[in-house]
Amino acid sequence: MSTSGIGQSVRRVEDIRFITGNGNYTDDISRPGQTYAFFVRSPHAHATIKSINTKTAAAAPGVVGILTGKELAADKIGGLICGWMIHSKDGSPMKAGAHPALAVDKVRYVGDHVAVVIAETLNQARDAAELVEVEYDVHAATVDTATAAKPGQPQVHAEAPNNTVYNWHIGEKDATDAAFAKAAHVTKIDLINNRLVPNAMEPRAAIGDYDRGTGTYTLFTTSQNPHVARLVLSAFIGIAPENKLRVIAPDVGGGFGSKIFIYAEETVCIWASKKVRRPVKWVCDRTEAFLCDAHGRDHVTHAEAAIDASGKITGVRVKTTANLGAYLSTFASSVPTYLYAPLLSGQYNIPNIYCEVDGVYTNTAPVDAYRGAGRPEATFVIERLVEVAARELGRDPAEFRMHNFITTFPHQTPVIMAYDTGDYGASMKMALDMADYKGFAARKAASAKAGKLRGVGFSAYIEACGIAPSKAVGSLGAGVGLWESAEVRVNPVGTVEVLTGSHSHGQGHETTFAQLVSHRLGIPIEQVTIVHGDTDKVQMGMGTYGSRSGAVGMSAIQKALEKVIKKATTVAAAVMEVPEDTIDFNDGIFEARGTNKKMAFGEVALQAYVAHKFDSEKIEPGLKEGAFYDPKNFTFPSGVHIAEVEIDPETGITKVEKWTAVDDFGTLINPMIVEGQVHGGIAQGIGQAMLEGTVYDKSGQLVTASFMDYCMPRAHDLPSFNVGMTTTPCTTNPLGIKGCGEAGAIAAPAALINAITNALGHENIAMPATPQAVWQAAKSSPHKIAAE
Amino acid sequence: MTAVTMLVNGKSVTADVEPRTLLVQFIRDHQQLTGTHVGCDTSQCGACVVHVDGKAIKSCTTLALSCDGAQVTTIEGVGTETDLHPMQAAFREHHGLQCGFCTPGMIMTSIDIVRRKGTNLDEATIRAELEGNICRCTGYHNIVKAVAAGAQAMGATTKQAAE
Ligand code: FES
Ligand code: FES
Repeated sequence: MSTSGIGQSVRRVEDIRFITGNGNYTDDISRPGQTYAFFVRSPHAHATIKSINTKTAAAAPGVVGILTGKELAADKIGGLICGWMIHSKDGSPMKAGAHPALAVDKVRYVGDHVAVVIAETLNQARDAAELVEVEYDVHAATVDTATAAKPGQPQVHAEAPNNTVYNWHIGEKDATDAAFAKAAHVTKIDLINNRLVPNAMEPRAAIGDYDRGTGTYTLFTTSQNPHVARLVLSAFIGIAPENKLRVIAPDVGGGFGSKIFIYAEETVCIWASKKVRRPVKWVCDRTEAFLCDAHGRDHVTHAEAAIDASGKITGVRVKTTANLGAYLSTFASSVPTYLYAPLLSGQYNIPNIYCEVDGVYTNTAPVDAYRGAGRPEATFVIERLVEVAARELGRDPAEFRMHNFITTFPHQTPVIMAYDTGDYGASMKMALDMADYKGFAARKAASAKAGKLRGVGFSAYIEACGIAPSKAVGSLGAGVGLWESAEVRVNPVGTVEVLTGSHSHGQGHETTFAQLVSHRLGIPIEQVTIVHGDTDKVQMGMGTYGSRSGAVGMSAIQKALEKVIKKATTVAAAVMEVPEDTIDFNDGIFEARGTNKKMAFGEVALQAYVAHKFDSEKIEPGLKEGAFYDPKNFTFPSGVHIAEVEIDPETGITKVEKWTAVDDFGTLINPMIVEGQVHGGIAQGIGQAMLEGTVYDKSGQLVTASFMDYCMPRAHDLPSFNVGMTTTPCTTNPLGIKGCGEAGAIAAPAALINAITNALGHENIAMPATPQAVWQAAKSSPHKIAAE
Repeated sequence: MTAVTMLVNGKSVTADVEPRTLLVQFIRDHQQLTGTHVGCDTSQCGACVVHVDGKAIKSCTTLALSCDGAQVTTIEGVGTETDLHPMQAAFREHHGLQCGFCTPGMIMTSIDIVRRKGTNLDEATIRAELEGNICRCTGYHNIVKAVAAGAQAMGATTKQAAE
């Protein structure tokens, strides 16, 4: 096998440009004659716009144009959309208000878009924006998730009475209630899944560029899915037909979900570029990103588990209120429903599950998918529930989990999902070994001697990745299909370009996708180039999120590669004058069985283009094939994370002493990259559990709107991670890949809070467990009190 | 407008700038050196780190005018694709980057850590010294490995050069 094939930790192809400063991010691009946009944003969380006076601003130096919602409406530019229809329990469709890219009559959160000032320089645009006079009639704001739907709260949208977008549910209520009626033990917990700001290090940016000669728009933007952006901007927002709209997402500096969505700013930039007849560039500053990037999580949940006398979980009942923010972002409605509740079975054989979710509007930034999207929230619920249940029953948390693990596959849960394969016990056993769980008691005793509280916590997570079979998600309300596309273009000398609808913004597709091609075609990786992120090059694609690019994107490439090999076999047979079915293709060589005839892949490619040696009436010249791959099922990566912490009760500082992660991602293409994904995910999960908290005050002002107020994980907050792998290949896609991008962020919060509560000896702490919170909680720790 | 002159990556450059122009704007917009990034503009994330007169500084909160007459080195000045600096090579070898956005700043900071702390760096030192640089992708695990290896390699190169 070649050293650049599947399973090798090939060093990344894309790195050379990034380590030398030659990356090409949106803000690095300049268009001739470009202008700069700066947005006038609402300083109020909830207000009626009485008037906008742009006179003085328009006369300021360098100003090219000032546009408001009025002009947008006059040009019949549609509002931003939410692409997933959720129905309430009573069958009624979700109740959504309009989402104009520039506010028309009302503003609904701090940072909401009121006007855009376009000028020759950014400083001029910024200066002039200060001169735009907006008169507001300020209203009281709804901010709090738990009480947003209570009668009498300020109403965010008239269309959604009591701020309720939907009252959704899933599962069998009566059967679940019956399981609780028969339970020997019931565990109950109340949880808050804290609101997070994704904070990819590259802020969002956009350049709109209208070509008057051809009537074509080009949008350069920080997108995880440029084709979806084009589809929405074209078909729903109405900028231009798709053939007149090109979207380019060049190098993108991290996304974590926040760059999936179609936001107001890029919509305005591309529309404005025609109005001002110049390219319009906008680059988000960090505080704007805090205000306006879609946030993540923000659930308030009550959960219960019914357990029988033998310690088997017989039912789970969950009630969640999910904050959707002031407007429904692109996929907002699906995240706390179909991406959440179907994961509540975790790794456990639970016959009855019932979950209710109320989606509510508040006067805060829109909330949508953030790394894990629904699945971290589900994992936090089930893994806290199981841990607390084990503690209440006096059982070892690892043993209690194994007692309830699913052991036979395929397994149908009561909430949609059919797990194809897995070996949860294997991951648990490996993790227990790696974490030296046996030695924990001794370490705890040593910590206690030193006046410290030591704890260990588990998280046996499952996630549903590789989103998703188009027909299935369509039946659940998705507005799009979730297949992926690939085109393999073989050049006459045997080099290969692969065009993919996936988008890489840190995942290393230029390397891993090339590894697959190198492996299958038997050519060196240097001869393979991966092309992505440009709607003029790649015809269509669904983009990268939900850990789908390996399982879905690479399956599409694999499918196209098989077509290329089939065609090349036909050509080789004709050229070598042997029957097609006598040809074997291995390691880049087409060989006719029982003869000494063979041709290398490159020679066949050349013959396919020269087209001298076959009848082109029967065989088409050229070697290029495309494929669309629609997944058969979700994939189900799983694993066990074990966190070990030591708390100093005097300062409240929690030190993460040890982190063990054992994951089953199915087939690994590049273990180095996979481990990197795990590390990054864990860091974000630890961030959620210990550091990151988004705070709005009662009036709806975002108190944590910079890196000085919002605590991002830094190197000294984190340990090195112990990462191990077990493998059960996915059975529903050709490569056996399950996906790895979100695992760490899904697993980590529960593991860490379970460890902290284990150390404290009580359950009374919320995320983020900051030093102050831990210090408070440690005061009532029975372990601490006993030591004193 | 005020004239400012600097030696950027060994090349003398002069420009008329607004007094409020930041060093990072001077580097990116006036010199078209876009390897230096802006991740926060409040001196928190380190995406903008460059060397001024041999020391790492955050160019997002430094006025260009305050660097008049200074020697400035950016990521483009430390190594090239065919002749990588040992720290650049170590980031690639140890997978110390994913999206690459924080990377130029990380590398510039890391080279400065070696200048101040030497070429034998333990994990605790590296983690403490990376305090001013945020990476959202890697969880730092591989960055820490890369910095340690890059520092060692820098030591080996200086030793070789001395011999
Ligand atoms: S951009 Fe300078 S520190 Fe963040
Ligand atoms: S590699 Fe993406 S922020 Fe560091």
